[in-house]
Formats: sequence, C-alpha cells, structure tokens
Amino acid sequence: MMGPDVTWYLAVSGLLFAIGALGVLIRRSPLIVLLSLEIMLNSANLALIGFARHYGDSSGQVFALAVMAVAASEVVVGLGLIVALNRARVALDVDSLSTLRG
Amino acid sequence: MGNVLVWIVWVVAAFGCLGSGIAVVSFSNPFYSALALIGNLASLAVLYLLLTAEFVAAAQVLVYAGAVMVMFLFVIAYLGSRADVPFGAPSWQAIAAVVATGVILVDVVVAIGLTAGGRLDEQADIEASFGSPREIGTVFLTDHLLAFEITSIVLLAAAVGGVVLGSGRENP
Repeated sequence: MMGPDVTWYLAVSGLLFAIGALGVLIRRSPLIVLLSLEIMLNSANLALIGFARHYGDSSGQVFALAVMAVAASEVVVGLGLIVALNRARVALDVDSLSTLRG
Repeated sequence: MGNVLVWIVWVVAAFGCLGSGIAVVSFSNPFYSALALIGNLASLAVLYLLLTAEFVAAAQVLVYAGAVMVMFLFVIAYLGSRADVPFGAPSWQAIAAVVATGVILVDVVVAIGLTAGGRLDEQADIEASFGSPREIGTVFLTDHLLAFEITSIVLLAAAVGGVVLGSGRENP
C-alpha cells in the first residue's frame, strides 16, 4: 500500500504542535490551555507513530500509549486544579493566577 | 486505485485534524472547544489507522474521545458560564505569542530536518501483524516492562491527586 510517506505526517504533526503552542500562549482560560496541551501531546504521538511505521519498529507505538497515559493523568490533575480554583472563588483566568498561595 | 483512496482519506483526515485544532484554539466557549477536540482526536485516530497502528487508534478513541473528553465536558458543565474567558484586545502579549509560535514551528522543522533529513526516503517493510494488540502487548511487556510499571504508578498518583484536589473543603 503506497500512501503518503512519513514526511507528510511529520508536516501535520509540526503544524498541529504549533497550533497547540499558540493556544497555550494566547488563550487565558485554563480549560482551553489544557485542551491545547492535549493537542500538543497528540501531535507528538502522531510523530512517534509515523516514525514507528517508517522504521518498522513498534516501540514508537508503545511509547505513544505511555504518552496517552501521561496525558490522561495531566488532565485529571489540571481539571482538579480548575475545580479547586473555582471553589476558592478565584477568577478562571491564567493572568489573574499570579500567586501560588493555598 | 487503492493508492488514490489512501491519499483521499489522508487529505480529509489531515485537514480535519488541523481545522479542528484551529477551532479548539479560536472558540471562546470552552464547550465548543472540547467538541472540536473530539473531532481532532477522531481524525488523528484515522491517521493512526493509515499508519497501521490499529491498537493505538482504538485506545485513542476509547481513552481520549471517551473517558478524557467526558471528564472535560463534566467540568465545563460544572463551571457553567464562569468558564468563558473571551479573547482580550490584541495586546503586545498576543503578538509575542504569535511570534513565539512561529519560532517554535521553525525550530521543529529545523530539528526534524537536521536529525532525520536524509533518512526519510525509504520506508521499512512491515509484517501484517504490525500494530496489532498481540504485538503491542508483547513489546510492552518484554522490552518496555519498566515503562509499563512506571505508567501504572503515574496513573495511580494522578488518581490520588485528583481525589485530593477535588475533595477540598468549601472555603476553609
């Protein structure tokens, strides 16, 4: 099966990483910052799986699964922080989170 | 014929992926952003299938589009309208963010080009079982057993952390 080769997948991966980085940098809602982080992790996964196919080595796919578990953990902790912020009546705006006092 | 079909599927999935990524970043309502991220994850799963990573594609749909996004949608529903933070006026910070993103993109392209530039022409031949659950499981539990165990500890720590963060007292 001859489809697009790994360069095309890497191009999509790089662009997706840039989109996620833009979301992290430009948005002020912590929820959308978390969603953009997910995009960045997934773009790294796409590059890993593309290289796994290219070199015929399934270790890349295994590592993509490990990244998926780390991403799920990060979402749990991040959403827990957002809920805790909401309970502490702090505005949900990353610009206003200038102190880390409990 | 099969070649053209693969290209058509690739183009649809790749542009769906990039378009829904831009949608995630640009919606001001986080609910729509989360829905766009589900589309992004689904089109990524199609790309994984094209790369013969069946098990990872299935895990992507189950873990991400299933569990993680449901958790996101619950939190967004819990926060209600407090979760909406629209774009501010274009400030020097926004311009700096766009410039920094361009720098990151150039950085990624240069890093990939320098490390893998000449070796991306020939694609390795793979067996029919490449990416199947059996092969992934074998590799995971033999070559990468330590990573597997560490992953389980990370998930346990995240579960405990989520409970601790979520069960705090009301305005202590």
